[in-house]
Parts: sequence; C-alpha cells; structure tokens
Amino acid sequence: MATKVFMEALSPTMEEGRLIKWNKNEGDAVKSGDVLAEVETDKAVMELVARGDGVLRKQLVAEGTTAPVGSLVGVIGTEGEDISALLGVSQPALATTSPGVTRHSEPTTPPAPAPTNTGSSKSSPLARRLARDSGLDLAAMAGSGPGGRIIKRDIEAAMASGGASAVTSVIGHRSSVIADFTDQPLTLIRKTIARRLAESIGPIPTFYLTAEFDMTRAVDMRASMLEEGEEFRVSVNDVILKATATALASHPEVNAHWLGDKIRFFNRVHLGMAVATEDGLIVPVIFDADQKGLRDLAAESKALAKKARARKLKPEEYTGSTFSVSNLGMMQIEQFTAIINPPECGILAIGALEDKPVVVDGELSVRKRLRVTMSCDHRVIDGAIGARFLQDLRRMIENPLMLVF
Amino acid sequence: MAIITYREALNQALREEMSRDDRVFLMGEEVGVYNGAYKVSKGLLEEFGENRVVDCPIAELGFSGVGVGAAMAGLRPIIEFMTWNFALLAIDQVVNSAAKMLYMSGGQFNVPIVFRGPNGAALQLGAQHSQAFESWLAHIPGLKVVSPGTPYDAKGLLKSAIRDDNPVVFLEGEMLYNTKGEVPDHEYLIPLGKAELKREGGDCSIITSGKMVLVAMQVADQLAKEDIHVDVLDLLTLRPMDVESIRVSVRKTNRAVVLEEGWEVCGIGAQVVDYIQRDCFDDLDAPVVRVHQADVPMPYAKGLEKIAKPDVAKSIAAVKQVMYRT
Repeated sequence: MATKVFMEALSPTMEEGRLIKWNKNEGDAVKSGDVLAEVETDKAVMELVARGDGVLRKQLVAEGTTAPVGSLVGVIGTEGEDISALLGVSQPALATTSPGVTRHSEPTTPPAPAPTNTGSSKSSPLARRLARDSGLDLAAMAGSGPGGRIIKRDIEAAMASGGASAVTSVIGHRSSVIADFTDQPLTLIRKTIARRLAESIGPIPTFYLTAEFDMTRAVDMRASMLEEGEEFRVSVNDVILKATATALASHPEVNAHWLGDKIRFFNRVHLGMAVATEDGLIVPVIFDADQKGLRDLAAESKALAKKARARKLKPEEYTGSTFSVSNLGMMQIEQFTAIINPPECGILAIGALEDKPVVVDGELSVRKRLRVTMSCDHRVIDGAIGARFLQDLRRMIENPLMLVF
Repeated sequence: MAIITYREALNQALREEMSRDDRVFLMGEEVGVYNGAYKVSKGLLEEFGENRVVDCPIAELGFSGVGVGAAMAGLRPIIEFMTWNFALLAIDQVVNSAAKMLYMSGGQFNVPIVFRGPNGAALQLGAQHSQAFESWLAHIPGLKVVSPGTPYDAKGLLKSAIRDDNPVVFLEGEMLYNTKGEVPDHEYLIPLGKAELKREGGDCSIITSGKMVLVAMQVADQLAKEDIHVDVLDLLTLRPMDVESIRVSVRKTNRAVVLEEGWEVCGIGAQVVDYIQRDCFDDLDAPVVRVHQADVPMPYAKGLEKIAKPDVAKSIAAVKQVMYRT
C-alpha cells in the first residue's frame, strides 16, 4: 500500500516550503520516521519525515523548489507497486524501468542561483511596447505578474525609480568576466521579514545606523596632499565618497536593489551623490566609483555637481545608482537621516566635520569628528549587516591608507 | 421620459412601425388572439386586424417560409418565435433562404424580414429550453444579429431592424421582458452595427451584450467600491460587430473580459477575443478572459443551473484576474 508524502505545515504560519535537500534517493528503503528531506519554512529549516514504510518510489519536487503546504512531493511504496494512480497521470516511463532501479533525474546538488540577465523574461505585449518606447531593458527587469511576467505596473515602477533597470544598457563594459550583478530569489525567511516589516512601517521599512568617525588622519592626508600642489586638492567629501565606494565593493549585501520578488546584488559600484540645485534635489551617478582613483573621483564629482546646478545632466547621468550618499555637512548639519532612493536599499547621510573633545588612550584630546547615518531598507539589510559595512567604512576613513591597500 | 418595461418598449416599436408602414405585419404562434406568449404583441390584433397580425399553427418552418416569400414579394414581415429554441425547426428558412436569397439571386431579391423572440436561459426550463443561440446565428453571412439588454435599446433597435432591408435576427430575453427603463416619449432609432459604452471606467473593458449587460452593470457597481473602474461596452449588434468601439476601449484599458450568455466553444466571445488580438496585441497587459455558460447542457436542478450560468461573481473574478489583483 503506497503512502503519499505531502509538504507538511512545519511551522504554524507556514504556507509553502522550499525543499532544500532530499535525504533519500528514489529507490532507497525508508521506515516510518526516517528523515526524507530538509525543508526551509518561513522560520527555519525543518525535517520532513516518512509516514510509512517501503521504498521512496518517486521524488515529485526537485531540490530547491518551493511547494505549497498540502501538495504531493513524493510517494513511498513497495518495489514494483503500480503508483501511477497516485501520481494522477499515467507514467509509461515507469513501465520500461525495472523496479528497484534508482533513478536520478533530479540534480543532487542544489540548483545554482538564477543566472543573471538571461534575457528570456516573459512580458505582456503592452509591457514590451512601453519598454521599447522608454528605452528600458526588459531583460534586466523583474516581473510581478504570473510566472514572473513583466506587466505594465512593473514598467511604471521602473520608470518611477528613474529607469534604474536601464543601467546595464547605458554603462560601458568593464573588462571583467564577472557579471554586473547577481539576482537572488527571495528565501522564505527573507520574504517573511519583508512582508512583516513592510506592514509595520511604510512601503520601505527603514532603520537607521549612526556612527561617529574620527577624521583626523583623513584631514591630515588631505592637507599634506595639498602641500604637493593645487592639482592634488581633494575635499573631505571626496575622501568619504572614495571610502564608501571601496567599502561597498566588498559589501554587495548593501549595494543592492529591492525588486519585489528578488534582491539584486551588484558587483559594480555606481555611487549616487545627492546634489542640491535650485530646482531641487538630484542624484548624479559616479559609475564604477570603486575603480576610480581619488583624483578622478574628485574631478568627476565636481563636474557632475556643476552640471547638476546648471541643469545640464543627461538622464543616463542620474540613473542607475546602486547606493547613494547625501552630505549636508557644509551647511553645519551635525547629523541627519536621508531617505532611501528606491530600488536602492541604503543611503549614507554625512554630517559636518567638527572639532570635538574625545578620550584617546585615556587622555582628553581634540579630534576632527564626523557623524554619518546610514538608512537601511530592512527588507534587504539587517542591522548587523549594515553595521558590518559601517565598521569597514570606519576602517577606511579613519585609516585612509586602507584606500590604497 | 417614461419608465416602461422591455415588453412595452417592444410593443411600442411594433405599433409605431406597423402604423408607419402598412407593408409591416406580424406572424407567429399566439401573437393575435392571445396577445403573444409574452404579451409583446398586446392589442395589435385589435388595432391592425387579422391581415396584419396572423396567428400561426405550431409549424415554425412553415410560417418562416411564408415570411421569407412575403418579404421577397415586397412585404416586411416580422416572425415571432415563442422562443429561439423552437426556431431550430425553422433554421433552414433563416439560414438557407433568408440569409442567402440576395446573394443567390444576384441581387434581385432582398429579404427585409425580422425573426424575433426570447433567447437564452430563463429559470429552470431544462436543457432544451435554456439555450443561447447568438453565436449560431451570427456565424451566417447575410444575417444581421441584434441583442438588446434594455427597454431603450430594445425599442430603438427593433424599429431599425424592421426598417432594414436585410434579414435581421432579433434576440430578446424572457428574463428581460419585465425589466424597466427610461424610454423617450419622442420617436428615436438606434443604428444597427454600433456598440454603446454603457459605463466609462478605464481599468478594464467588459465587452458584452443582451441580458449580460445587466450583469456587467452590477459588476461595475461592485468593483467601483474596490476602486476598480471598468468600461462596460454593450455591443448591441453582434453582426456586424462594432470592432472600432472594442478597439478604442481596449486600447485605453489594456485589459478585457468578454461576458456572454452562451457556451464557450466558438462563442461570441471567441470572436471578440480574435478582434482584440488582431488589433490590440501591443496594447494588452494580460490575456483576455472570457466568462460564459459552463460547457454543459443547462441543468434543470436549481443549484446546478445557478452554477452553470455566467454571473456577477464569476465576472468580478475575471476582471481581477486580468488586473493581476487577487
């Protein structure tokens, strides 16, 4: 008598589970209570156990696949037993296979993360037309329709966020075999965090991390560079931009876009810098900021700010950022919180450089200090992840030699 | 403006057209002495006499044939079928004689005839008496097919149908005869072949006709409470169909639900969907969804009949489906 294996509700709120690993292969003998598979629920990884004795005849769900609670994921039976009725369809292939033979049709290793930018995304005819008209690259977008179909609202969202999805089409290629980004489908725990936190606070559940950096060495460095000549002049802000870009390069987990059903982690750093203009705020982008030296970065940020104030920025110069920085220090703001520029997941708010009394090695001294506050999208960035990024950033800024390491 | 029933609106149309043109006459079962099985011809025998209001035996093929002959000879007959289920017996005269005569006579004989009567299901009349035949009839070149859902449309379209020089199939509804609506006191005509946007929304187009217009209007009311605003396009004439109005609405909304009383396979909705995919492919944000009768003979059992019919709940679900709302 065959036993059906169902995806069971392994947590009180579980609606679906991701089968991470089959512990029994097709053809393996199983006893009631044996662990058949490991299943990721919305809370944790749990064990799915056998409810009958016999042989695991059929694995109906591939490793890495998500199945709703109550759906059939496998069949336990005796060797040679006809289980085709349980499978709901006739299985002519079974008849040609001698009973008891282990059949590995599924890969035994978890499937690799979805390949980036496959270009095979499904989209509605309207979405295709709108994308064509507005120059968006559908292949770089995620769809919110059935089966990931890109529909009108996805295009509208992309356009509202400044055509961020067109990034790949407007940036020159870097001579590197590394893909520009990695798409990671949402894990169940990530989905739960996203849903619960968004219910709690606005569409972007934001939290803030504030740190105070010691800028003494950075200021000294800047001063000594200037002694070498006017062509070596850089601003404190340039140093911060450089350090941020360098830190981001090793922290793709905060250099990311929230795309609704997945998170896109960027392997390139396109740094947005907020510039106040008479028309209002605009965020030009320093592309591949982590690859640029301090001199180039300083020149480019200066040129972009000038262009922004003259309203001369082209759309491709203010779209496509992966992370942003906003600085109100020159206006003597000690500390502030900046609003995330979606689909980005983080932004740094830079305060004023100040002389402050601090205790260094048990002695009171006056140091150059600067407060930064990072706004984090909690759907993507957890507190500890944001904090680790700030730790690295502190290391870069407080020891600017790290920037050339 | 007077508020009258669909039945009275048809009666007014018949009376006005019979007064206007003495070539117009009415033939069918029980249309005279009994005043019509559904009282549509009430008072007409008394007013126009036995030559203009002719009671016929239960012989649909026979009196339809007499009608076609009279039309060829210069009169303008109106043939009343007690229901379109019974018209199956006369389908040869409708399809082979009325629809083809102008073509096969090389333009010598036109057939200005109206075949009218209730179409579709009422309540618990069983499988043989609960059928919607609009797609059968609209399939035939040479026929015009009209399906009004309101008293106003019924009157204006019947008058146009009687004045048309081609055979016109006019589909009424048992469940519609008692429905009421505003009808102007002055004379008016509604042109054949033109649809009417009965409700302007913008989020999704519901394309429908006949009895289902009433369903679509309820759907529109209910969805408005959820801030979903739909276009309700009443086709009015199923052949020739007003493709331009379909196009305009779907290009605006990017989504369509086609709601019809009949069965799915080769239904009117299939034709509407074809027009949409031909002309509005690049405007669609979702596949078009159809709402129709279940693909079974109409059950007699009350509960099963209810489940088999297209209704408000099914239509709302369809709209939400094309809008990717759940």
